[in-house]
Amino acid sequence: MLKLKNVDIFYGKIHAIKRVSLHVDEGKIVALIGANGAGKSTLLKTISGLHRPEQGAISFGDSDITRMAPEDIVRCGISQVPERAHVFKPMSVEDNLLLGAYHRSSRSAQTSIRHDIDRVYDTFPVLRERKKQLAGTLSGGEQQMLAIGRALMAKPKMLLLDEPSMGLAPIIAREILTMIAHLRQQLGLTVLLVEQNARSALRIADSGYVLETGRILVQGTADDLLANRDVQRAYLGRDAE
Amino acid sequence: MYWEAINECMPRDEREQLQLERLQATLFRVYMNVPFYRKTFDTLGIDPDAFRSLDDLRKLPFTTKEDLRASYPYGMFAVPLREVVRIQASSGTTGAPTVVGYTRNDLKHWSNLVARILTAAGVTQNDIVQIAFDYGLFTGAFGFHYGAERIGASVIPISSGNTRRQLKIMQDFRTSALLCTPSYALALAEAIQESGTSVSSLSLKYGLFGAEPWSEAMRSELQDKLKIIATDNYGLSEVMGPGVAGECLERNGLHINEDHFFVEVINPETLEPVAPGETGELVITTLTREAFPVIRFRTRDLTRLLPEPCVCGRTLTRMTKVMGRTDDMIKLRGITVFPSQIEAVLCATEGVEPHFQIEIDRKGALDEMTLLVEVSDSLFSDEIKDLQGFMDRIRRDLESEVGFPVEVKPVEKKSLERFDGKARRVIDRRKK
Repeated sequence: MLKLKNVDIFYGKIHAIKRVSLHVDEGKIVALIGANGAGKSTLLKTISGLHRPEQGAISFGDSDITRMAPEDIVRCGISQVPERAHVFKPMSVEDNLLLGAYHRSSRSAQTSIRHDIDRVYDTFPVLRERKKQLAGTLSGGEQQMLAIGRALMAKPKMLLLDEPSMGLAPIIAREILTMIAHLRQQLGLTVLLVEQNARSALRIADSGYVLETGRILVQGTADDLLANRDVQRAYLGRDAE
Repeated sequence: MYWEAINECMPRDEREQLQLERLQATLFRVYMNVPFYRKTFDTLGIDPDAFRSLDDLRKLPFTTKEDLRASYPYGMFAVPLREVVRIQASSGTTGAPTVVGYTRNDLKHWSNLVARILTAAGVTQNDIVQIAFDYGLFTGAFGFHYGAERIGASVIPISSGNTRRQLKIMQDFRTSALLCTPSYALALAEAIQESGTSVSSLSLKYGLFGAEPWSEAMRSELQDKLKIIATDNYGLSEVMGPGVAGECLERNGLHINEDHFFVEVINPETLEPVAPGETGELVITTLTREAFPVIRFRTRDLTRLLPEPCVCGRTLTRMTKVMGRTDDMIKLRGITVFPSQIEAVLCATEGVEPHFQIEIDRKGALDEMTLLVEVSDSLFSDEIKDLQGFMDRIRRDLESEVGFPVEVKPVEKKSLERFDGKARRVIDRRKK
C-alpha cells in the first residue's frame, strides 16, 4: 500500500535518511524502531509531505505522493498523529475533532462528520465524557487518544503514528498501543508506527524495520526482530556485549 | 499445497521491493559487522549507501570458497559467537571445510524454508520421513530434520549408511518419504532388489534427493525402481544448507526461495552475467542470514533460470537441475563435458549401473578419457565376447553424446570409491 524506494532526506546539511526503502502492506501494522535521532520522525514527516526528500520515490496505492502537498496526501488517505499529540489545548475536545475534518467541511458533509465524531466517541468513550472540556485539561493518555481521534476524522486508510507512547506512564502506554491494534481490526486501518519503545511496538506489529544512523539495519517479522541481537542490544535494553 | 502461500506466491514486483529492502540492509550489516567485507568494499571504493537497485549488485565483488577458507574458522561471522546457537561445516567435497554459524532466527528461517521444499514435494504431516543424510557437520540431515518437524511429519533420523538397517526400518516403520542423495537412493533400490523384497510391500511415496547433481534419466530410474515421486532440491551449507530451492510436483525445475536468497547466473570464465535463460554458474547473495551473510557467493554449480511462471502457482523463479559443478566441467579437446551427460547414457543402457568414474589423462598431445563403469555380475560371468560387444555399444553411445572417442572399462559392482553416499566422479591426471 505504502512504498518507499531509495529515499534520501536532508535535514539542513545533515543527510538524515540514506536510501531508505520500505513498504507497508494493506491492513498491516509496521513498526519503525530506532534510537533517538535515527531519523524516524523525519521519515514520517516526509511521507506526510511536511519534508521533501532529496531523492527517491514514495507511492501510496497507485499514486506517486513524493512531491504532493500535505493536504493532498491527507486526501489520498494518509493521516499523521504527531509526536506528543499536539492537540489544540485552548479548544474543546469536540472542536479538536472537528478540526480533523477540516478538508471535508462542506455543508453536505455535516451529517457524515457528525456520524464520524460519534464513532470516535464509541472508540474512545472517555472523549465523549469530556467533549466540552478544554483539550489542555486532559491527561497525557487522553490527549493521545484525542490526537488519534482527530486523525481518524479525516477518514484515513492509513495512520502514521509518531511515538504515541512517549511521556506516558507504562500502563497508559500499553493501553494506547492496544487501542491501535483494535483500530486496525475494527476499521481495517493500515498503520506505520514509529516507536522508541521497541518491545511494545513489536508486540502489536506484524513486521518492522530498524533504523540506525539513517539506514535500515534490518527488516523482518516482529518475531524475528524481537529475537534479533542488534535490536535487543540497542532497543530492548539487553546488554549483548 | 503451499507452506507459506503469501511468500511463495507473492507478485513479482512486491518481491523485488522486499529483495531490495533486505539487500540494502544486508549490505549495511556486513559493512558494519564483517571485517572482510568492510575491507573489500573500502579497497574497491564501494559505498554500500550507493546501492539503489538490484542491478547494482553487479558492481560488488564475488565471495569465493577460498575467501571463506581464508577466514577459517569464524572470520566471516557477522554476530558475536554468543549469539550463535549452531555451528556446521561444509562437507568438504572439494577441499578444506568452511565453517558456518546460525543464530536462533537463522535456524527458524531454515526450518521454514525446508518446510516449503518438503510441502512442494508432496510431504505433509501425515508422512513418515526417513532422513538418510549424514547427521553431523554436514547440513543436509539437520536442515531436513527441522523442516520435517516443522510441518509435523514423523521424522526418522537414521543418518546415512548401514543399508540393511535402512531397509528394515523402511519396511517396519512404513517410511513414506525418503530423503538422501540420489546415488544412495539407487544403492537402496539395488539392495531392495537383491533382498527379494517387493517394492509394493513398502509404503514409499516420495523421494527428495539432493546434495549432488543427477539426471532426468536417473530420476526415471529411481521413480520406476522405488515406485515414488522423485523431486530434486538444492542447497549448500555456505548459504544455509538445504532449503535454497526445490521442485514442486510438476518436476520441471527448482523454485528458488528468492525472498531469502538473491540469485544471479554468470559466465564462470568472463564473470559477466549470462543472457537471461542461459547456462552458467549460480551466484547467491543471502538476504536474511544473521550469523553468516554472504554477498555474491560463487556456488560453482552450473544451472540456468527458467523465468516462465510455473503452473503450480508459485511465483518463485525456477532453476534447472544442477548440470554439474564448474570444477567437474571437463574440458577435453576443446569440448566441454559434464558427468551428468555420461550418467544419462549409462542410465539408458541396460545391464550397467550409473556408478562410474571418469579418468582423464594426456597421452602425447591428446587428452584421453576413460570411463570406469560398474556392470552387473551376470555380465562378468558371461562370455567375454558378450561383454566386449556390450562395451562397444556404450562406447558408441558415449561418442555420439560427447563428440569424441571414450575408452570404457567394466569394473565389478561396488568397486568404485564412494564416501558419505557421494560419488567421486572425475579424476583428472593431466598436468595443469
